[in-house]
Amino acid sequence: MNFTLKVWRQGGPDTAGRFETYQAKDIQGEMSFLEMLDVVNEDLITGGHEPIDFDSDCREGICGMCSLVVNGIPHGGQKGTTVCQLHMRSFEDGQTITIEPWRAKAFPVLKDLVVDRTAFDRVIQSGGYISVNTGGAPDANATPIAKIDADYAFDAATCIGCGACVAACKNSSAMLFVGAKVTHLNVLPQGHPERFTRAVNMVEAMDSEGFGACTVTGACAAVCPKEIPLDVISKLNKDYALGVLKGVGV
Amino acid sequence: MLDSKIPSGPLAQKWDKHRFDLKLVNPANKRKFTVIVVGSGLAGASASATLSELGYKVKCFCYQDSPRRAHSIAAQGGINAAKNYQNDGDSTYRLFYDTIKGGDFRAREANVYRLAQVSTNIIDQCVAQGVPFAREYGGHLANRSFGGAQVSRTFYARGQTGQQLLLGAYQALAKQIAKGAVQMFSRTEMLDLVLVDGHAKGIVVRDLNTGRVTSHSADAVVLATGGYGNAFYLSTNAVGCNVTAAFRAYKRGALFANPCYTQIHPTCIPVNGDYQSKLTLMSESLRNDGRVWVPKKPGDTRAASDIPEDERDYYLERKYPSFGNLAPRDIASRAAKEVCDEGRGVGPGGLGVYLDFSDAIRRDSEDAIRARYGNLFQMYEKIAGENAYKTPMRIYPAVHYTMGGLWVDYNLMSNIPGLFVLGEANFSDHGANRLGASALMQGLADGYFVIPYTIGHYFATTPKNCPSDSSQEFRDVEKQVNERIQKLLSIDGKRTVRSFHREVGKMIWDKCGMARNKEGLEEAIRLIPSIREEFWQNVKVTGEPEGINKTLEHAGRVADFLEFGELMCLDALERDESCGGHFRTEHQTPDGEALRNDEDFAYVSAWGFTGDSSRPSLEKEPLVYEEVKMTQRSYK
Repeated sequence: MNFTLKVWRQGGPDTAGRFETYQAKDIQGEMSFLEMLDVVNEDLITGGHEPIDFDSDCREGICGMCSLVVNGIPHGGQKGTTVCQLHMRSFEDGQTITIEPWRAKAFPVLKDLVVDRTAFDRVIQSGGYISVNTGGAPDANATPIAKIDADYAFDAATCIGCGACVAACKNSSAMLFVGAKVTHLNVLPQGHPERFTRAVNMVEAMDSEGFGACTVTGACAAVCPKEIPLDVISKLNKDYALGVLKGVGV
Repeated sequence: MLDSKIPSGPLAQKWDKHRFDLKLVNPANKRKFTVIVVGSGLAGASASATLSELGYKVKCFCYQDSPRRAHSIAAQGGINAAKNYQNDGDSTYRLFYDTIKGGDFRAREANVYRLAQVSTNIIDQCVAQGVPFAREYGGHLANRSFGGAQVSRTFYARGQTGQQLLLGAYQALAKQIAKGAVQMFSRTEMLDLVLVDGHAKGIVVRDLNTGRVTSHSADAVVLATGGYGNAFYLSTNAVGCNVTAAFRAYKRGALFANPCYTQIHPTCIPVNGDYQSKLTLMSESLRNDGRVWVPKKPGDTRAASDIPEDERDYYLERKYPSFGNLAPRDIASRAAKEVCDEGRGVGPGGLGVYLDFSDAIRRDSEDAIRARYGNLFQMYEKIAGENAYKTPMRIYPAVHYTMGGLWVDYNLMSNIPGLFVLGEANFSDHGANRLGASALMQGLADGYFVIPYTIGHYFATTPKNCPSDSSQEFRDVEKQVNERIQKLLSIDGKRTVRSFHREVGKMIWDKCGMARNKEGLEEAIRLIPSIREEFWQNVKVTGEPEGINKTLEHAGRVADFLEFGELMCLDALERDESCGGHFRTEHQTPDGEALRNDEDFAYVSAWGFTGDSSRPSLEKEPLVYEEVKMTQRSYK
C-alpha cells in the first residue's frame, strides 16, 4: 500500500509549525500506524533529514503515551483503539492521511507531534488519590464491595490519561478525564471520605490549567480509546455540586 | 567475597529479626536526607511515595512524559499473594516454595521468603488505595490460578492488573508531589551514576525536552529502572525500555548478576514482519481456559476447524498431565519451540501454536469467557485481525522479562554503598525463571515494604554526606556524558540506529534466546564486538543535542545494548548447565527438560566491569539452601 502523509512539523514550542508532505511507500496492512511512521522515519534519517518526532512507548494501547490526530480524529477514529493499535489495513491504498498533534491550550506542542501533558499530572495531584500512607491498611477483605460498584469503578479506572478527550473537545475540556478519576475513587468506600473535596479540587485545578468548560456534546467519549462512558461526567457534576453546597475544597 | 547479608536464624523469622536489628533514623532527621529514585514503575513509584511519607526528601526521575506511563502499566494477568482466601491450601510457605521451585532453585531463599511474607500486605495496601480488583458477588476479592501453582492466589483487575496497581502507586506518588515531598522529573533520562568516595551520591541526567545535561546529588540513589528485554530488539517491553541506567552503574563498579536469565513468555502474538517494533503479550491467565495444541502431522496447512480432534496434539496436557496448560513459562515456551522445530507450527512461517477456547466457550458460554478476558480478545483481534471466539488464537513465545539484574544484598543494596536496586532491575527473587503474577508482587514488595526499612540502616550507619552537585566528581561525569552525546552526533554514517538495534537483537535472540549452546554463544561473543565497532563508525544520528531528539535517545540506549548483549552471552556461556529460562542444549534430560548441575553451578554469577577491552571479572555468590532441598523440577 502507498500513502501520502500530510504531517505537522514544528521545530520547538516557540516556533511556527507547518504541514509537510511525505510519501509512505510499500506499507503492509499488518503494520500499525506507528510502525508505518517508523518506516517513513527510517527513510528520512537515511536521507539525512530529521525524522518526525512523535510520542509512543508501550505500543499496546495501555500506557497512553501515543497522541496523534489522524484525519481530524484523535487516535484515528477506530472504536476503542489507540493510534499505536490502529493498523494500516483499515486505510485505503493511495489515501492521503493528515497527522497532527493534540491541539489544546493546556497541551502546548513541544516539537512536531509531541505535546506537553503535565497538566494532567497536576490535576491528579490536586485530589486524584486516596490519602492513605503505606502501612497499617486493614485486611483487603474487611470491607466487602458490591461487584456492581467494583466493576463500575474499574470501568472508570481504565482511563489511560492520553488526552484524546481534550483533543476532541471543541472547548478542550478535560471533564471526561476528571470524571473518570472522580468516579473511580468516589464509587469505592475507600474513596468516600474525600469524595466532595476531591471533586471540587480537581475541577478547580482543571480550570486553572486552562482546560475549557463542558457542554456535554460527547465528542470525548466517542474518541476515548478505553470507551469511558459519558456518565462519569454526571457523577462528577453531582459530587462537585454537593461539594460546592457543602463549601468544601481548596 | 560477596556478602549477601542474609540474617541468621530460622527462615521464617529472618525478616522480623532483621527489621529489629536495622538501625533507625530519627523522624526529625529523616528530612535531612535526600534520596534519588530513578524509574516510576511499580517499584520506583511505590518507593518514592513511601520514602517521602517517612520524611525523606525524594527526587524521582522517569523518561516518559508522566510517571503513570512506566511499563508496569502493561502487566495483564495479576499479582500473587498468600492470602489463602480460597481456603485451597495456600500459605506463605507454599508461595515461597512455588517461587523457589519455579525459579529452578537459583534464587536466594531468604529474599523469596520475605517476598512471600509481605505479599499479603501489598494486597491490603492496594485495596486501601482504591485499586479495583475483581470481586465476587458477595463483595469479596476474587482469585484465579496462574502458571506454576496449584492454588488460586492471583488477584487481578480484568486483564489490566498492572495498570490498576501502577495507578495506585502513581496516585500515592501524586499525593506526595502535591505536598512538595517528592520532586518529579519526567522526560528526564539518567545517563550516568556518580560516585563520591566510593558511595553512590547522584546521577547525571539529560532533560529530554531541552537536551540539557545536569547533575543531581543525594544521600543515596535507588534504581528501579526495569529490565533489559529490549536487548533482543523485539520483546514485549515498551519501545523505550532500556538497560542504560543499570549498565552505567555496572560500568561504575556495580556487579551485574545472572544477565543470561531471561524469560521467554509462551503466549505472545507471533511476529509478522521485519518492520515490527514490538511484540504483544497475551496474558498467561488465558491458559486457565485455553488449550494449547498443534496438528499431529508436520506441514498440516488445513484450517484449525478442519483438523479433527484425534489429529490434534494437546502437547502440554500430554507431557505435563498434572499442570497441563498451566506449566510454567520456560517449560511452555520450550515445548512450543520444540513442536515448531518439528514442522508442526501453525500460521505464516510455521512459528505459532494454537490457543483454543472452544471447549471453555462450550462449557461456560461465550459471555463468561468475554467477562474474564474480553480486553485480551479485543487486543488480539486488533493486532491479528482474527476473532478468537470463532477461531483459535495463534501464539508464539517472545522475550518478556529479565530475571537477571544488578546484584543486591538482602537490604537491596548493590556492592556500591548507597546504590539500591529494586524490582526487575535487581536479580534476587526469581532465580532462573519467574512465575506468572510475581513481577508485580516483587516490584511493590521492594518499594512499599523493603526499601523503607533498609535504606534507613544505610543512613544510620554511614557518615552523612550529600555532596554538592557541582563538585568535581559531578563535573567530570557530566563532561563524559556530553562527550558521548557529541560523539554519537558527529559520526554521521550511513546506517540508522534502528538497523543496528535490529541486527544485534536478532543475534542475541538466535544465539542466546530460548535455546543456547557453546558454539552459538562463542560465535555471538565474536560477532557482537564487530557490530559495535561498525556502530561507532557508521551510525547516523540526525538532529541537535538541544531540544527533543528521539534518535539520539535511541542511539545512546542501543550503544549500551551493544555492550551489554556481549555480557549476556558471556554469562550464558560460562553457565555450563541448563536451569529455568537458561536452556543449554548440551544439558537436557532424556525427555528434553532442563538439566541442572547443582554441584558446580549453585551460585549467582556476579560480573564486574574491568575495562572496555578486558574480560569482566566473575564473582560467585554460593546459593545456600537451608530450608528447601534442591530437586529436579517436575510438573508432570
